[in-house]
Amino acid sequence: MGYLRKCTAAAVAVGALTWAATWAVTPAHAQKTLRAVMHSDLKIVDPIWTTAYIVRNHGYMVYDTLFAQDEKGEIKPQMVDKYEVAADKLTYTFTLRDGLAWHDGPPVKAEDCVASIKRWAAKDATGQKMMSFVASIDAVNDTTFTVKLKEPTGLVLIALSKPSSNVPFMMPKRVAETDPNTQLSDFTGSGPFIFKRDEWKPGDKAVYVKNEKYKPRAEPASGLAGGKVVKVDRVEWRAISDHQQAINALLAGEIDYVETPKHDLLPLLKKDANIKLWDYNPLGNQYTFRPNQLQKPFDNVKVRQALWYAFNQKDFLDGVIGNPDYYKTCKAMFVCGTPLASEKGMDGLLESNFAKAQALLKEGGYDGTPIVLMHSTDLDVLSNLAPVAKSLMEKAGFKVDMQSMDWQTVVARRAKKDPANAGGWHAFLTSWVAADITNPVMAAYFNSACDKALFGWPCDPEMEKLRDQFARETDPAKQKLIAEAVQIQATQSTSHINLGQWYQPIAARKSVAGILTTPVPVFWNIAIQ
Amino acid sequence: MYAYVLRRLAATIPVMLIVAVLVFLMLRLTPSDPAAIIAGDNANSEQVAEIRNRLGLDQPILTQFVIWMGKLLHGDLGESFFFKKQVAELIADRLEPTVSLALFTIVLAVAIAVPLGVLAAYRHGSWLDRIVMGFSVLGFSVPVFVIGYLLIYVFAIELNWLPVQGYQRIGQGVGGWLQRLILPAMTLSVVLIALIARITRTSVLEVMNEDYIRTARAKGQTESRVLVRHALANAAVPIVTVIGLGVAALIGGVVVTESVFTIPGLGRLTVDAVLARDYPTIQAVILLFSLAYVLINLLVDLTYTFFDPRIRY
Amino acid sequence: MSVEALPAEIAEVAPAARRPGTLRIVLRNPSVLIGATIVAFLAIVGVVAPWLGTIDPAEINPVFRNKKPGVERTIRGDDGKETAFVHRFGTDSLGRDVYSRVVYGARVSLIIGVTVAVLSVAVGLTIGLIAGYIRWLDGIIMRVMDGLMAIPAILLAMGVVSLSRAGLLAVVIAIVIPEIPRVVRLVRAIVLSIREEPYVEAAITVGTPTPLLLVRHVLPNTIAPLIVQGTFICGSAILIEAILSFLGIGIPPETPTWGNIMAEGRSLFRIHPHNIFYPGVCLAFAVLAINMLGDGLRDTLDPRFAKRV
Repeated sequence: MGYLRKCTAAAVAVGALTWAATWAVTPAHAQKTLRAVMHSDLKIVDPIWTTAYIVRNHGYMVYDTLFAQDEKGEIKPQMVDKYEVAADKLTYTFTLRDGLAWHDGPPVKAEDCVASIKRWAAKDATGQKMMSFVASIDAVNDTTFTVKLKEPTGLVLIALSKPSSNVPFMMPKRVAETDPNTQLSDFTGSGPFIFKRDEWKPGDKAVYVKNEKYKPRAEPASGLAGGKVVKVDRVEWRAISDHQQAINALLAGEIDYVETPKHDLLPLLKKDANIKLWDYNPLGNQYTFRPNQLQKPFDNVKVRQALWYAFNQKDFLDGVIGNPDYYKTCKAMFVCGTPLASEKGMDGLLESNFAKAQALLKEGGYDGTPIVLMHSTDLDVLSNLAPVAKSLMEKAGFKVDMQSMDWQTVVARRAKKDPANAGGWHAFLTSWVAADITNPVMAAYFNSACDKALFGWPCDPEMEKLRDQFARETDPAKQKLIAEAVQIQATQSTSHINLGQWYQPIAARKSVAGILTTPVPVFWNIAIQ
Repeated sequence: MYAYVLRRLAATIPVMLIVAVLVFLMLRLTPSDPAAIIAGDNANSEQVAEIRNRLGLDQPILTQFVIWMGKLLHGDLGESFFFKKQVAELIADRLEPTVSLALFTIVLAVAIAVPLGVLAAYRHGSWLDRIVMGFSVLGFSVPVFVIGYLLIYVFAIELNWLPVQGYQRIGQGVGGWLQRLILPAMTLSVVLIALIARITRTSVLEVMNEDYIRTARAKGQTESRVLVRHALANAAVPIVTVIGLGVAALIGGVVVTESVFTIPGLGRLTVDAVLARDYPTIQAVILLFSLAYVLINLLVDLTYTFFDPRIRY
Repeated sequence: MSVEALPAEIAEVAPAARRPGTLRIVLRNPSVLIGATIVAFLAIVGVVAPWLGTIDPAEINPVFRNKKPGVERTIRGDDGKETAFVHRFGTDSLGRDVYSRVVYGARVSLIIGVTVAVLSVAVGLTIGLIAGYIRWLDGIIMRVMDGLMAIPAILLAMGVVSLSRAGLLAVVIAIVIPEIPRVVRLVRAIVLSIREEPYVEAAITVGTPTPLLLVRHVLPNTIAPLIVQGTFICGSAILIEAILSFLGIGIPPETPTWGNIMAEGRSLFRIHPHNIFYPGVCLAFAVLAINMLGDGLRDTLDPRFAKRV
């Protein structure tokens, strides 16, 4: 047995030596690198072509905007130095500030901005609305451009400072002239970070480096406005799709920042002295239920109204978020905590009054057609919504056929107008960042222009009249009244149902400082100590 | 011998052709519409139709197949719908982690399982034997991801000896590369160890009763020499066969292990591609894995000549 | 991929002669006894699930999500009566009772295992008989089988599942397809070797029609190896279903299987391990028992293995 014993001893020795060696060689990081895990992997890199939030986040790294909202929600100039509104309110003149340059060298010119605005407005709903008021957008000289309107509207600055998808990012003219329905292949921007295309591995990681030539504004950063000062050398977005593993990695120090730690795991993070939770987005997000008005039975307004009485917000919030610290029931469709929030028209709604729901179903002549409810299974913050919806709808008298699929399939299927039992759909649930839906023009689901509306295709001329009124109105007090009217109208025609607000903290190691209060996660101002 | 190798290589062609047909058909039968997925959230039906046309998805199936095969033979694996990169590039990128993991696992598994199996056979009937056999049946019975999570919990979280996840390219430091591969390789090797240990034990046991073993002992050889030089060498053929077949089991495990440990390899690429209905990538990966499997088995067959001189090709 | 079928494949199982008292010998083997008992126990649990103190496994209760094992809750019955209910294994992230899901999961997981085994054996048997008997089809069939076998089973299963909506049928078919080639090879080998036997030649000479030949002479020799193979396939199928669920392409969660209970609970592993622990243990036990059963059956039904210990 001596031979065998010698073999075993040798094997153990080799094993031990190897293991010891693995600790020896670990390259030290000379640069400051922030290793972050975002909510999704970056595969598409065109923030105009898609509204996906991960691409919007990428946009904020690499591009800059003309205006931005500060921490209080006030619109402040960013790339713009000064602007003037003519007395008749029909001409806006914008002058860019000094020192703005593209990543490949040339200075930012007004013509670049004009082209960028046009490309953005072609895809974005708020942009389209704005353009319906616009007579022309022209570059006057290299640093100045004008927007000439057909009639006054309060939308111009609101649109140009839009914080979330689609954000009117500025791109070089040659890039902005790409057809809006074709994805970009040139990622040049003028933002505080540069995208390292050669190190980008979809499904694995995306890398950004500090743009040394970026000239931040002089004011301190506030919200998405102010000086965007980058305090790290490099940011890596790692794709770790297993939530538990992402948290494990954060706790072990292999990752510095997790954008969307699962709410159920927050207790684990709170226990650890090395981790800090940042409530960076105080307005939060809103869950939404969207019915398909092209299909029976949701073509009947009474059947749709029954939904308001079937649902209650707490069940959804409990079912997905669980921890009351991180959600709020809020009947205001325009997000509690913002100027246009109100509960007008919401009495008795969203309180799971099953009797009333059943009565409405009878009134609407609901014949028991199973509602095809799309259930997305791979996005944690959404996947528990459909089962809760199903259980509430069934208690209210609906028959529900819940079909499970991944989010990509939901996205593909919701675009279809086919009958629900032939590849179409009746309903699905999703979530909006609060910053996206704070007024009736920006909140895309209110658009009730029938065919031109988003999937769900609500058709309500009265709603469109109200939204137009809002677009024209510049007085905030009157805007509020119109917003309330919009909400009341929505409870009648039911373009969508708001199912409560929820909050997502960022989890980061204590060594990470300077995460700003913003509606979307941004990486300037963050430092690693 | 060379003639045999050439003949075998030639024989892989019809097999790979069948694989290609199966893979192509399989993915063309899906109801999901990749054109709609590529077109994106806000596209209307014209845009979707235009994309379908551009990708050639509206052509008859046979035409699509011929075009696809043609491109394949030129090394053009197409462009991934989902990742927006050339599939060949994606695969080349992901090859290193998977190959590293697979090699490390095989080495680890063989290094642990063969001695265990030999010992179990040698101490046939003892508690050691029963433990080895018991553990090996357990090894087939627990899903790979459960083993993974348990190992992470014990070694990475509680004991803090090893990193929780991630992969380091070998170019960035051999130490880190090895360190990050230890837990994933351990996870993946459990099934392989179970398999190899069992077969080793069975084969060696069978061989131990042969006459030449008695002769060797009678000649005065030490037990270890008897075990290694005579018993093991003669039991090698089935053991090596199992290793070859085990590679197929390995591929299944790689998919899960890479997901658990966040290793950017071909396994994770496959999962992402399947979830996204990304045909070109799924096809390319399946073809690649099948080719690898076929070639590895050829290699295994060739090693028989090394172990058993009676086998000649 | 039936890893468990690999040992069976290494030494191609030779036809087992029918011996008197086979059943008795089979039942006396300890592996068979233990394995069969555990499997039977789990099967019974699955069958009587509704009477084992369970509630509807799909019933959501968001208020009670992620509770630790042992938590109590009052349930209001339809008649207004309130009963206390203890969540023995805790609740999952939608508030469903894990104990109920595990017990009902026994049903589904075992059904999947058995269905896959039966289907793959049935289909494989048919194809194998055809391949063994009809010469000109043999070549084509075996090439296709080789092609199928070259594709790693998990990948094939993943590919098949991605074709259609996730559902019980899709998953079953996805797991069956990769198992068929091995069964076909097994059956074909038996058919080919039987054909050469003198008594078969004699039977052909006498003019026995082929179907009778198949039933009288070939089939009996396939029973034993197919039972062994089927058992291993069953265990392997349960594992593969768990892996498919883990990857997100298994059976949707309204129908609980041990695999999808674990898959749903994996992201909470560190603070709520009960989601993985209980179904994991049951799954391991079940597959272990099935493998033991398979081992025992192979030892007793195949004389070539009898002399190995």
